[in-house]
Amino acid sequence: MSFPWAEHYTPKHPLTQWIDEKLPLPRLVYNAVGAGYPVPRNLNYFWNFGVLAGLALMIQIVTGVIMAMHYGANTLVAFSSIEQTMRDVNSGWLMRYAHANGASFFFIVVYLHIFRGLFYGSYKAPREMVWLLGLVIFLLMMATAFMGYVLPWGQMSYWGAKVITGLFGAIPVVGEPIQTWLLGGFAPGNASLNRFFSLHFLLPFVIAGVIILHIWALHIPGSSNPTGVEVKGPQDTVPFHPYYTAKDGFGAGVFLILFSILLFFAPNYLGHADNYIEANPLSTPAHIVPEWYFWPFYAILRAFTVDFFFIPAKLLGVLAMFASILLLFFLPWLDTSPVRSGNYRPTFKKFWWILIADVVVLGYCGGAPAEEPYVMISQIASAYYFAHFLIILPLISRFEKPLPLPGSITESVLNRHNIKGEQDALPGMGADPQPSNAG
Amino acid sequence: MVRIGAFLVGLFFAGWLLISFLVGAVAYVSEPPAKTVEHEFHKHPKDVEFSFDGPLGKFDRAQLQRGFQVFKEVCSACHSLKFVAFRDLAGIGYNEAEIKAIAKQWAIKTPDVDPKTGEMSTREPVPADYFPKPFANNVAAAAANNNAIPPDLSLMTKARHDGTAYVYSLLTGYQNQPADLIKHFPDAKTPEGLHYNPYFPNLNLAMAPPLTADGQVTYGDGTKSSVDQMSKDVSAFLTWTAEPKLENRRRAGLATIVFLLIATALAYMSYQNIWADKKKAA
Repeated sequence: MSFPWAEHYTPKHPLTQWIDEKLPLPRLVYNAVGAGYPVPRNLNYFWNFGVLAGLALMIQIVTGVIMAMHYGANTLVAFSSIEQTMRDVNSGWLMRYAHANGASFFFIVVYLHIFRGLFYGSYKAPREMVWLLGLVIFLLMMATAFMGYVLPWGQMSYWGAKVITGLFGAIPVVGEPIQTWLLGGFAPGNASLNRFFSLHFLLPFVIAGVIILHIWALHIPGSSNPTGVEVKGPQDTVPFHPYYTAKDGFGAGVFLILFSILLFFAPNYLGHADNYIEANPLSTPAHIVPEWYFWPFYAILRAFTVDFFFIPAKLLGVLAMFASILLLFFLPWLDTSPVRSGNYRPTFKKFWWILIADVVVLGYCGGAPAEEPYVMISQIASAYYFAHFLIILPLISRFEKPLPLPGSITESVLNRHNIKGEQDALPGMGADPQPSNAG
Repeated sequence: MVRIGAFLVGLFFAGWLLISFLVGAVAYVSEPPAKTVEHEFHKHPKDVEFSFDGPLGKFDRAQLQRGFQVFKEVCSACHSLKFVAFRDLAGIGYNEAEIKAIAKQWAIKTPDVDPKTGEMSTREPVPADYFPKPFANNVAAAAANNNAIPPDLSLMTKARHDGTAYVYSLLTGYQNQPADLIKHFPDAKTPEGLHYNPYFPNLNLAMAPPLTADGQVTYGDGTKSSVDQMSKDVSAFLTWTAEPKLENRRRAGLATIVFLLIATALAYMSYQNIWADKKKAA
């Protein structure tokens, strides 16, 4: 892996030489996120979000392990144990609010990371495996977040668990036994709470493991970049450390400032008031909604209102919701354009913006009560979502005429910094688009 | 193959969604959904100002103590405050001796086991005790309150949207049903034993107006105890019970953000410094 001009790890001190012989861990780190990893020199701020997602996971693990020290995974005490953590444990309120809002920030940075990948074609060859592993991480995050939201045993915890496990109940014949098996009972109860706690503690470490695979797979071709043109020589790259560690340090600072504003001054803004009411199986909340990061998928779930012959609408909704995520696994083979970056794909770029607007609309409708006009809006928006990935993208990649690509990363950097408007003067900028080695 | 399959799946989902949309739209136009009485008459909480509004607001200790007095003399007859202990009252400015006296004189006793006989009994609360509940259990609570269980108030202002203003609006919002409501929704007349209050989600509330007359509570600090003032004070008190660490949180937040701004500025400068040679023309 890595490029031939990558810097080599050369320990000088006898101790580091001794360690390198016995267990070359420092060498591994040096090659993974140190000076030994050459990275395109032209990455923009959208390339900060991978590291920020890693930071968010670390915040979740640290605050979560501390929360677990004070939590009682039993329906009789779960709610009050969290209240006591917030009231009587030193800085317990800080750990709890950091963990709850940390989940939101984890999803914010991961969504930006995913949309970065969608715009710059990061999922295309030779990085398909990076994309697929990223989606596995995303699915694990969703499962972890869902189970974590059940743990405070508030009203939304309970009814959310009931609705989400009820999705499996929509499967014909085996659905209800599966739901009962998942919950360990006919309704969310102590057995459900215990297993959710156990899995909620386990899955973040599974995520950490898949992140290692994600980075490993990334390091084989190396990072992509905003032009989508592959690295051609040493002049196109800089060592990850200190160049990108410095940039990520600044990014982490901005991230932590925004996180702190929410955490310290509006910690309940993204939450739902009903979750401060202890779970009550006898009283259904007026509107059951999941956390905001699930809203687009919740809107797709509720958009199906008409049975398709023998398939009930509810089952269609469940299938569509799962399909909306699973289809992303096929993306590298749906978008066949050899040009990666959306910057050089005028038609693709327009539809990418429509997709962003579409997902925002879906999110809004998913958080709204299941009434008109929200259902009708989510039907149109969901239809576009599926059409975008499954119909429009393959067609665009067939018919679109991409803009000319820069000859190399360095060339595009020079253009940006010095000689704007004199692009024609540069060699290698002919009229014919230079297909990258994608696909 | 992948693309043909995807095309068919996409066509199916998108097509069926559009058909569902058409079905829904036809129904919506031909038979617009009837407006419910809650839609028409439910009101959002009133605008009301408190010392702890805004990112750096602080509690007004005197107000919290007045609010506590309203809770003690009015609310606590029916509502529990199970996440708050007498010792926590130090947070609203009472000293140890005062807290001991408040606990000792509390009208409801703490359930306990008689140390000699092992039988259930009660004793005077001590500062370490949580506020004792007014009813032994939910059945007793419902039986004494027209089948409605008075909710615990510890977290009330966080368990409702815009909770502080909600509690204030609810306490000051009791009124007769508007004539308009009866005219348009003749079936929505407030049932016997309930009370009309437009700030309550379904408009009819089991709780009778708790604060009815000016001077219902006599404040020790000489503040005039109008219904409005008492409602405001008890809303402030319940904001404190729901979020007793509010001031610590804001103080810590301010320090954290100042630190992060400096650290981030330094990080930005070192980023610029490290990249300086790369950003110049090569």
